Amino acid sequence: MSEITYRGAIAAAIGDAMEADEDVFLLGEDVGKAGGAFKATEGLYDRFGRERVLDTPISEQAIVGTAIGAAVMGLRPVAEIMFADFAAVCFDQIVNELAKYRYMTGGQVNVPVTIRLGNGAGGFAAQHSQPAENWFLNVPGLKVVVPGTPADLYGLLRAAIEDPDPVLVFEHKALFNIKESFPQNGSTTAIGQAKIVREGTDVTVIATQLMRHRALEVADELAGEGIEVELIDPRSLVPLDSETLCGSVEKTHRLIVAQESSSFGSWGSSVLAQLVPQTFESLDAPPLLIGSDETPVPYAGALESAWMPSAERIAAAVRETVSY
Amino acid sequence: MHSEAAAATTTTDLPVADQLDYLRSMLEIRFFEEACQSLFTSGLVRGSTHLCQGQEGVVVGACRALGPDDKMLCTYRGHGAVLAMGAPLDRAFGEIMGKADGLCGGKGGSMHLTDASVGALGSFAIVGAHLPIANGIAFATRYRGSDAVCLVFFGDGAINIGAFHEALNLAAIWKLPVVFVCENNLYGEYSPLAATTPVERLADRGASYAMASEAVDGNDVLVMRDAVLQAAARGRAGDGPTLIEALTYRHKGHSRTDPATYRPAGELEAWLERDPIIRLQSALLTTGIGQPQLDELRAQAQQSVADALERAKGWPDPDLASRFDHVYA
Repeated sequence: MSEITYRGAIAAAIGDAMEADEDVFLLGEDVGKAGGAFKATEGLYDRFGRERVLDTPISEQAIVGTAIGAAVMGLRPVAEIMFADFAAVCFDQIVNELAKYRYMTGGQVNVPVTIRLGNGAGGFAAQHSQPAENWFLNVPGLKVVVPGTPADLYGLLRAAIEDPDPVLVFEHKALFNIKESFPQNGSTTAIGQAKIVREGTDVTVIATQLMRHRALEVADELAGEGIEVELIDPRSLVPLDSETLCGSVEKTHRLIVAQESSSFGSWGSSVLAQLVPQTFESLDAPPLLIGSDETPVPYAGALESAWMPSAERIAAAVRETVSY
Repeated sequence: MHSEAAAATTTTDLPVADQLDYLRSMLEIRFFEEACQSLFTSGLVRGSTHLCQGQEGVVVGACRALGPDDKMLCTYRGHGAVLAMGAPLDRAFGEIMGKADGLCGGKGGSMHLTDASVGALGSFAIVGAHLPIANGIAFATRYRGSDAVCLVFFGDGAINIGAFHEALNLAAIWKLPVVFVCENNLYGEYSPLAATTPVERLADRGASYAMASEAVDGNDVLVMRDAVLQAAARGRAGDGPTLIEALTYRHKGHSRTDPATYRPAGELEAWLERDPIIRLQSALLTTGIGQPQLDELRAQAQQSVADALERAKGWPDPDLASRFDHVYA
């Protein structure tokens, strides 16, 4: 067992996938010679060459469209959208082409595209910070994964590349330096399988990426007050492992979703809409959605911190729910 | 009208038998489109349809220039292109009528005709969006060591959308084997080209990408074939993409609800004289083919379209549960 960072998991997963399958290739802005804007693909260009690690112009539509065409022909493209916010520039390619191509041809094509997107807040201001996974929840045809740990990122990225359908892999920029012990030969993580991060009996807290780590701190702290939080990271938003989530709520009778994005039209609101009717009879308190403010992401550190749920806000929500 | 292009001479070594086959294909497309118009009028088809009468020379000339491994993408005005690749008439009708045995099982309709088995990999209804996808197809053929090319049709309206520029730029710097064919029918929806585009010769846009480009007479099916043959050869040789501007004309309006009253008087009539079907027929008559043979060919084409339509009309609607199929693999 050696240690791997969240950032290192990216190049490890892509490198292992490229080693295992010659049809896998990587394209994006500065992913090759420069090793990526976040140095997440460092070393791959030297290892696999310019035929398989391709620097593109700043042309997100061309990046995603090229990936789609190559995938239809049987290749396994991994496309990088440097900041998830830039998905807006190629929204048509993702939403109208990638997601619908298979369906509207009556299944004549498969489109096994993996798109990696740098997600979430961390000092980059409004146009480089929005948790953009929420934009794609209402687009059947796409799969959406939001890994929060190095091992999950490695495993879900490998699974995405092997998957016969389009998968959007959101990589949270604030997690790049977290470390985890990791076996030499990592395995895939099934898409659509939640992880119970911490078992508990009093309240179910569902959180991903940055909020998952924040909620874990809260859970450890509240254990000192005698509150046992069950923390679940869904890891995949589409498909959603509602079975695991429902099972937990039926056990704890209380439900909180903590997320780094404003609430309206978000994954958290969809989770509540899905879980509440199924678990209504077992609920002992109103479910809560702890989200960010309904504003663009502000720049200044103090403003950004105030914008997203703090550990204190999550802890307060847990106490409120448990004492309801 | 573009006299320099109209004056282009048709020189071809294509055997007469093949030319007759091109004629048959153009006639079938013409009758197919006319039948689609009637289907709409009689309420057998939903939504809208975008017909290509007048543009048959472009699609038949271009698609017949392709080899068996080459691929083709087209637009929502794509019935002709998909049929020119060899898609069956009945399954194309079936798709437009939303039948279970339509090309896409009734999931796509008029704007998304696809027959992967003949290399017609998709009809796309977001203007210009399929150009980057053509790049990916061409990239994949080269990646796999094949010399196949990807032909992609788009209208003059597509040259002002971002995806066009991103696609041509990337195809040029990566020297991808793509044949970009702009069907310049002079109107983007209802707007004349000059109202939306500052250059008259759309092939000039290729210069921005240092891309081989030319404007050709798209209403001469053999000229069209020659242009695509050359462009495909360039792609196969590793010399990159080509932009072909095919000068043509849409006999009908943009879609079924458009009577095309915005056209200046006399314009349609002038173009009808340059109808690609009439022109190939006239050329064939000089090669020793007689009028009775052409009449017979026309009657055969008309009959096969009518027969295909009758077959497709009798097919069942899709099973309701099939709507859940093909979302994911």
